[in-house]
Amino acid sequence: MFSDPDLLKFIFGRLTLGAIPLHEPIVVVTGIVVALGGLTLVGALTYFKLWGYLWREWFTSVDHKKVGIMYIILALVMLMRGFADAIMMRLQQAISSGGSEGFLNAHHYDQIFTAHGVIMIFFVAMPLVTGMMNFVVPLQIGARDVSFPFLNNFSFWMTAAGVILMNMSLFIGEFARTGWLAYPPLSGGDYSPGVGVDYYIWSLQVAGVGTLLSGINLIVTIVKMRAPGMTMMKMPIFCWTSLCTNILIVAAFPILTATLTLLSLDRYVGTHFFTNDLGGNPMMYINLIWIWGHPEVYILILPAFGIFSEIVATFCRKRLFGYNSMVYATVVITILSYLVWLHHFFTMGSGASVNSFFGITTMIISIPTGAKIFNWLFTMYKGRIKFDVPMLWTMGFMVTFIFGGMTGVLLAVPPADFVLHNSLFLIAHFHHVIIGGVVFGMFAGMTYWFPKAFGFKLDPFWGKMSFWFWIVGFHFAFIPLYFLGLMGVTRRLSQFEDTSMQIYFITAAFGAFLIFLGILSFIIQVAVSILRRDQLRDTTGDPWDGRTLEWSTSSPPPAYNFAFSPNIHELDSWNDMKKRAYERPVKGFRPIHMPKNTGTGVILSALSVVMCFGLIWYMWWMAALGAAAILIVSIAHTFNYDQDFYIPEEEVVRTEDKRTALLAKQVA
Amino acid sequence: MSNSTAPSANTSEAVRFYIEEDEHAHASDGHDDGHDGGTALGFWIYLMSDCLIFAILFATYAVIGRNYAAGPSPADLFDLRLILVSTFMLLFSSITYGFSMLAMEKNNLKGTMVWLAATFLFGAAFLCLEFYEFYHLFHEGATPQRSGFLSAFFALVGTHGLHVAFGLIWMAVLMAQLKMRGLIGANKRRLMCLSMFWHFLDVIWIGVFSVVYLMGVIG
Repeated sequence: MFSDPDLLKFIFGRLTLGAIPLHEPIVVVTGIVVALGGLTLVGALTYFKLWGYLWREWFTSVDHKKVGIMYIILALVMLMRGFADAIMMRLQQAISSGGSEGFLNAHHYDQIFTAHGVIMIFFVAMPLVTGMMNFVVPLQIGARDVSFPFLNNFSFWMTAAGVILMNMSLFIGEFARTGWLAYPPLSGGDYSPGVGVDYYIWSLQVAGVGTLLSGINLIVTIVKMRAPGMTMMKMPIFCWTSLCTNILIVAAFPILTATLTLLSLDRYVGTHFFTNDLGGNPMMYINLIWIWGHPEVYILILPAFGIFSEIVATFCRKRLFGYNSMVYATVVITILSYLVWLHHFFTMGSGASVNSFFGITTMIISIPTGAKIFNWLFTMYKGRIKFDVPMLWTMGFMVTFIFGGMTGVLLAVPPADFVLHNSLFLIAHFHHVIIGGVVFGMFAGMTYWFPKAFGFKLDPFWGKMSFWFWIVGFHFAFIPLYFLGLMGVTRRLSQFEDTSMQIYFITAAFGAFLIFLGILSFIIQVAVSILRRDQLRDTTGDPWDGRTLEWSTSSPPPAYNFAFSPNIHELDSWNDMKKRAYERPVKGFRPIHMPKNTGTGVILSALSVVMCFGLIWYMWWMAALGAAAILIVSIAHTFNYDQDFYIPEEEVVRTEDKRTALLAKQVA
Repeated sequence: MSNSTAPSANTSEAVRFYIEEDEHAHASDGHDDGHDGGTALGFWIYLMSDCLIFAILFATYAVIGRNYAAGPSPADLFDLRLILVSTFMLLFSSITYGFSMLAMEKNNLKGTMVWLAATFLFGAAFLCLEFYEFYHLFHEGATPQRSGFLSAFFALVGTHGLHVAFGLIWMAVLMAQLKMRGLIGANKRRLMCLSMFWHFLDVIWIGVFSVVYLMGVIG
């Protein structure tokens, strides 16, 4: 039966044993390590009988705090993979000089830089940002959950499905060799006939569904579920930046979805959207993808701005300087982010007028951004600054980000861009703003809110180690790239003839090694903190003397966040409550209405993986079955009207009494 | 922002920092947890995101819609009489959905169902006409692979048709749910969402009819 080639082709599509990259020793070793690690993990979970716990308490949870934490864990796991790609690239470029081929062939190297970009943006930065917003926003606005708790769980699992597809490509088949935005015609069927681009398309499409839905969810949450008295201008600044980010998500991600759909039509159906022949237009893809792509960078950076604002105010023990201007600056950035996309391809040849328009709008964005920097500086001015780890990240950000911002303004000048386009100068610029802004912001945020999430602080010594390794390593890794870019080195090259450049690449590789130590320190920090959790315990719920509502509840917060809905009078409402001698209610508790957990999100996500795998490998029966199953499960889910329950009064009383006792011990 | 100094001492009455919740808010319907406005807003935002997908497809059509690649042009292909009939099918279906919502407001389950069924039939008729049109075009060799114009045409009209098909499935499911549970709060909310979705598709179709068909034939 298996000798029949037609039947084999029907069952397996274009999947053959040859698709498993046994000829790539690096992939094979990685595969073995991942398999062993995975087996150990599965074995440990089975041995300690944790599957039930994970399923009930985490996987199916609709609690925004747990969903947020799962997002962040997912992102950190992917950070390891994305960073492994980065190390390999730095190593390759450091040794492949003057005729040496290095250790990566071009085929493999092209996959690595593509995977690095895709992973870092879509599966590290995005889930970190979404996770942070998910965890913090409802707490900051005094809500018990997000507006659509099931949708939230579903969004997470769709992102996870994208991650699974992305990682499958490492071991079954290949990943795209096109760069992280997969420009056609290179990404079209003629030049990339393999499965790489299809893996790229489907992992982004699936994850994109999750991102869009979580964007809608958080907008509605912020608009509709703020505690009584919290007008928009009394909202914590992080909620403002989250609101703007989610508006950007909803207004940008559909563009990505539509564009990638058109690309997949070109590849699967043979249409002519982005082809060179029969009326297609590849430049249309590049316009469309950047109409999504530029707002995307603000989607990532705005929440980081929000985190820095919260941290600066808390650790300088002052209210944020210029709250209003901060809000307006955020809104202006949100709007302007849609008017600059063309600066990514000045060299397309749109003519002087178009290029000047986009060059000028790009430079204008630096004005509200500059306003923010000054607001943070003036908050620090005459503040009593506490140099805790979150504050270190914040100050590190301010220095690094200003540097990156200035090189950005250089690139915004079209004539300069004609020289620097697609050079390593550009690479250095966007790493400067993304690492210096987003990554530092997320580390600051994780350190800041970790005690809220888990009930104990992160160990400060290893936190400082991580910070210093990161910031020093970062500059070692990227400053040389500016010089190389000015010398004319373009991006995405795996070999260099000119040996005089090798020293720069070696310096950059050394920087990457320092960053590796920074990541290692972070892992050690988490491990050490877990071991020392009793010394680092936060019993008050307010370890940093915070200013916003999330610090008014216990650490970790109860499932319902607040036994009574807070009533807001002023900006920085928790600070206001502390100043006016607020007394925590200790009786009169009522049953609390909460949403029920559900496994539908996990199931739909698994089915999406099956469907996409079928589509990628042309196993049409599998794709059709997956699609049908998704439809059936979704419909079945709508027949379940029993989606909520009450936390009984006794349980609320028990939880709150425990906290009362804990707080009393604190005073005594 | 102006009241940065705390007005703590002067107030004799205690400032309330939390709300003891009013249980009556939940009493009317166990399933309605007061998120009703949230669903309407959320669904509206979703529709706007969907609108952006259509915006991209319209933009694509605007850019490559005249790239015939020496193949057929709209004037060669489109039969406006057929399109006019299908347009009216969709417009009628919006009117009947409106009647269904009016019946829902009066808690008239039977009326709601009957008008929904009418909507379903009109929608199905529209979809059948679209199938017929596509079949006809394929028969003439005007396939999506023929030219940039036809790629953009099939993507735009096909995406709209796919939405209508999805709306019909939703409508059938909702009718089953109405039969099982009647006009409870959750079902009313769903009817309202589907109503927005359905009228939205109508608006998009008016755009398609004007930009693709009318302007195409006028040339």
